Amino acid sequence: MSASERQQLLLRVKVSYPGFNLDIDQEIGLAGVVGLFGPSGGGKSSLLRIIAGLERDADGQVVFNGEEWQNGSTHVPAFRRPVGFVFQDARLFPHLSVAGNLQFAQSRRSHDGGIIFDEVVSALDLDQLLHRGTQALSGGERQRVAIARTLLTNPRLLLLDEPLAALDAGRKREILPYIEALPKRFGIPAIYVSHAVSEIASLADDVVVLEEGRITAVGPAVDILNRDDLQSSAMPSEPVSILEVRVAEHLESLHLTRVDYRGQHITVPIMKSIAAGDSARLSLRAGDVVIATAEPQGLSVRNMLSGNIIAIKPRPDSAFSTVSIDIGGSTVRAQLTHHAVEELGLAPGMPVFALIKTASFDRNV
Amino acid sequence: MPDLGPLWLSLALASVTTIILLLVGTPLAWWLSGTKSRLKPAIEAVTALPLVLPPTVLGFYFLIALGPASPIGSFWMRVTGDALTFSFSGLVVASVFYSLPFMVQPLQNAFETIGRGPLEVAATLRAGPVDAFFAVAVPLARRGFVTAAVLSFAHTIGEFGVVLMVGGNIPGKTRVISIAIYEHVETLNYGAAHILSAGLIIFAFTVLLFVYGSRSGNPVHVR
Repeated sequence: MSASERQQLLLRVKVSYPGFNLDIDQEIGLAGVVGLFGPSGGGKSSLLRIIAGLERDADGQVVFNGEEWQNGSTHVPAFRRPVGFVFQDARLFPHLSVAGNLQFAQSRRSHDGGIIFDEVVSALDLDQLLHRGTQALSGGERQRVAIARTLLTNPRLLLLDEPLAALDAGRKREILPYIEALPKRFGIPAIYVSHAVSEIASLADDVVVLEEGRITAVGPAVDILNRDDLQSSAMPSEPVSILEVRVAEHLESLHLTRVDYRGQHITVPIMKSIAAGDSARLSLRAGDVVIATAEPQGLSVRNMLSGNIIAIKPRPDSAFSTVSIDIGGSTVRAQLTHHAVEELGLAPGMPVFALIKTASFDRNV
Repeated sequence: MPDLGPLWLSLALASVTTIILLLVGTPLAWWLSGTKSRLKPAIEAVTALPLVLPPTVLGFYFLIALGPASPIGSFWMRVTGDALTFSFSGLVVASVFYSLPFMVQPLQNAFETIGRGPLEVAATLRAGPVDAFFAVAVPLARRGFVTAAVLSFAHTIGEFGVVLMVGGNIPGKTRVISIAIYEHVETLNYGAAHILSAGLIIFAFTVLLFVYGSRSGNPVHVR
């Protein structure tokens, strides 16, 4: 099957776990990275394990591009499914070196050709690590080795189960560009599980939202992640905005990238992995947005977007309201205290300026 | 210098027993470490029986089960032309059962410590169950294998009751080192008894030192 053809994964699964029931009936189009997103404990990892064949007791149907991996009494064992699985905790074999871990996968691939050892090593910058033991690696290095090892099996579908969850912010930033580049570079669709909006926003083109064992939304990342109803259920901690931007230019000497957002400019920490002219998605926490009713002077804030308030929603049992601002047809959310909303006299229709520190985008890409 | 025949016989018995136990005990321990079967506690209990029963009980039933009148004993007689009781082969059969827990329990612990994580990884890297066992489980359980083999070997060297019941005291055939000591004491040959006994104490201490020493060293980390 050529990469341009749309690949399909059919999932019909009904399983009871202690605490929740997984009840899925969904056909998922696979192209680039599909984000499987939702609150922790909602069944995301279980679903990924079922796709990989690691949950033997789960009843249901798993069909990949017409190939039945599971259906009734048919259960293709995990080691015969052409999937690559990256676990949250990397799970490198401690008795093998980095190179040994990679060769373990390389020597067991079912057919020759496909992904080349040297190419994987260079894509994930592993040259310096090959002869090291696995115990001496940092968390980010371990995950890079795990991803490379998985790629060397020549998978036709990559499954990544919160591969960044165990890493600190710095390591996440180090490894995200590698993951981001995978589907294009190796032409393999991926399902990426995470409960972090910023990860899903920067990686996933399409998003499947899984809440309490059920799929509650499927669609393009920008549309899904910006939906108000999902903001309250699937992302209860704080509202976010997903900004679809186009890279205008990289300002190498300043380590900044200027992007175009609905006709206005935003400056963000440099995103080397995305070429000028290409589009990218940024996630922005509502708490990082400041609102001004008049154009302010003498502020260090680099980014100022002008727009109009479209809605003000008090968040129940909290000090905050979510203020939605229309910026040229797209929405940016700000989290303000009820007190501030009142004092500034904010109301729908009012023209305002949304101020965003460049540092707010530091977690992206 | 005392007759060293019993020493060589003990070493031969312990070697053969350990090799057979590695072949029999490994799959059993592997199964026990992963099964959800309701039979598991029963099998574990049977495996542990030699730890609590007096050796005479095992010896008594082996004597009956392996005797020329029994199906096993008469079959053996027809095939080999030799009796299973009061023979080296009979000692091996009895020793395998008698030392079974010393092989199975350390191995089962080692396999359980590995957990299913590394084996799931192996499966997603296209390793079938047998492949994953030899390429992942065995190397990760290396310490467990060493401990199990050493303990089984040492325990077989140290057995007395079962050997006496099943094998008797036939020089060159069933007179292992523990029986030889008994014989020396019975005949008031304390000098020879001292040499063999002190030798066994040193042997046992060395073995246990090795086992405990290797445990406190760098344990294998499995993440």
